[in-house]
Amino acid sequence: MAKKDLVKTLADLKEKEALEIVESRLKAGDAPLGILDDARRALEIVGKRFSDCEYFIPDLVYSGEILKQITEMVKPKVKKGQEAKRLGKVVVGTVAGDIHDIGKDIVVFMLDVNGFEVFDLGIDVPAQKFVDKIKETGSKVVGLSGFLTVAFESMKETVEAIKKAGLRNEVKIMIGGGQIDEQVRTFTGADAYGKDAMEGVKLAKGWIGG
Amino acid sequence: MEKKWEEMSAKEKREARFKTWLSAEGVKFESPEAEDTYRKAIMRFKDAVLLEKTPDRVPIFPLGTFFQAYLYGVTPHECMYDYGKLLSASKRFLQDYKPDYYGSPAFIGSGKILDILDYKLYRWPGHGVSQNSIYQYVEGEYMKAEEYPALIDDPTDFWMRNYLPRVFGAWEPLTHLTPFPNLWEVVGVSGWMIPFGIPPVQNALKALIEAGTEAMAWIQQIMGFEMEARGMGFPTAIGGAAKAPFDILADTLRGTRAIMVDMYRQPDMLLKAMERITPLYIKQGVGMATFAGNPVVFIPLHKGADGFMSDEQFKKFYWPSLKALILGLADEGCVPFLFCEGSYNTRLEYLKELPKASCFWIFDRTDMANAKKLLGKRLCLGGNVPAGMILTGTAEQVKAYCKNLIDVVGKGGGYIMAFGTSMDDGKADTIHAMIDFTKEYGVYK
Repeated sequence: MAKKDLVKTLADLKEKEALEIVESRLKAGDAPLGILDDARRALEIVGKRFSDCEYFIPDLVYSGEILKQITEMVKPKVKKGQEAKRLGKVVVGTVAGDIHDIGKDIVVFMLDVNGFEVFDLGIDVPAQKFVDKIKETGSKVVGLSGFLTVAFESMKETVEAIKKAGLRNEVKIMIGGGQIDEQVRTFTGADAYGKDAMEGVKLAKGWIGG
Repeated sequence: MEKKWEEMSAKEKREARFKTWLSAEGVKFESPEAEDTYRKAIMRFKDAVLLEKTPDRVPIFPLGTFFQAYLYGVTPHECMYDYGKLLSASKRFLQDYKPDYYGSPAFIGSGKILDILDYKLYRWPGHGVSQNSIYQYVEGEYMKAEEYPALIDDPTDFWMRNYLPRVFGAWEPLTHLTPFPNLWEVVGVSGWMIPFGIPPVQNALKALIEAGTEAMAWIQQIMGFEMEARGMGFPTAIGGAAKAPFDILADTLRGTRAIMVDMYRQPDMLLKAMERITPLYIKQGVGMATFAGNPVVFIPLHKGADGFMSDEQFKKFYWPSLKALILGLADEGCVPFLFCEGSYNTRLEYLKELPKASCFWIFDRTDMANAKKLLGKRLCLGGNVPAGMILTGTAEQVKAYCKNLIDVVGKGGGYIMAFGTSMDDGKADTIHAMIDFTKEYGVYK
């Protein structure tokens, strides 16, 4: 029997088959990191298909569900200190006053599978928390998420807090979410906005490289 | 002799519903001018929506939640706990801005009732979010993946004993109640009552009485405002509400992540569940519209927008039950009002399947020129004034934007001026610009 291709199977979102391949590869003694790397490559294809409007949000969410199971199967076998090298650090959170997380979670997920180390601050995040995390991690990219219109003001305040802390020239700031457009970007003082998760990945790659 | 309701055609029913709306039963108009303004606003709406003749001008319906209060410095927390403050701001908004219709402050609801019930589906001002934040949905699986058969078997029992105990802390003990159809003869009555003797069940019932008492206090104040607003010459343009069956599953029951996985893991169950609940929401919309004496049924659309699913998924999972809901409501003489946030560019072709004037659509980020081209002869289209521009732009910018909307989408009628989203906050100069400019420039000659 020909060796089944995890990259293709996972990219095609065949849950059962993909999990079977992982199980048999683990049994056969395949390197766990190799399996995770294949999964990551599959998710890169998923991201590309999303950018090409071949896949949509349900497909991203479903790919995440499958990946979660694969990671749970493989992770216990990965030895400490073996984790793959990351492209760079990104701080992400939903701004103060807003508790929406679906969009933010998809951005975090896509940044992660595209090789970034992501610090997810969660929802309803005060400006100071972003500032503290940038200082602590030395991240070069910050992503502010918000679904509600009240997020416009919070995003602006967060950008100003970063400026006040003397970090504005150290970081690039991207924003995204429901009602965000170029007009809102100008209002908030952010560097760019992304209309979906893959645009966020593209922006981060452009700023950090990779 | 007048025809019996059940003998009427859909068109006759719709006409009868408009007649009831126009009759303004129980409204005390503050002047003959107010009465005239009221009726003209309804006729303007009717002409725009039914596409039978060109209205006198473009109707203006700025719909929102907390924005009227925001304009007068009333916080979301005050709106939900001090109804008087909300209502006086709502009244001042009508006096100062004079839109054609009012959006009901009932949309906001009472925070006190949510407190009593210990509501889990949302956070609200002062309860999980700050007093200046609006209420927000909490993602979660309020129905489990394996519960589709129970929902399909008996939706009412599912709501009563599975769903409500999860979304209301106070309702939790009511899982002990015996199913209602189990009661059939005298021998069963005494035993059937036993759960009502359990102390936690009795406490739950006490909480419901308390919530009900507050609901009466709340609705009295709301209705006071509503009758006053009508007396001032402003009709409401919403009679009832319903939801797309997919969104009931996706927002109310399963949550966004779970529903997306269900499309892959149990598509047949999902389809069966939507088919099962669709008639319930036709019934809800019709019932509310009849009670309110207003044909318009508000349907906020969520998870079928561009990007939220593929064309294939929309065609399979979202559209059939939404279409059945729209047709079912229209068949009873109602006017479904599809409130379509996000964009619907890839869905417009489906809307061609809807009969002429069977409903109207308020769009957010949809390409309006294209929508007019594809659907203008068939359906009334409205909205598209961006929230971002209203909140961060200038009056001049808004006027230019509205001018283009009136020129392109308003051409020949069939357009309603509205925000693209339900506004949570606002800005005086831009909202004035939208309303005042449309009153002047939107007149059909």
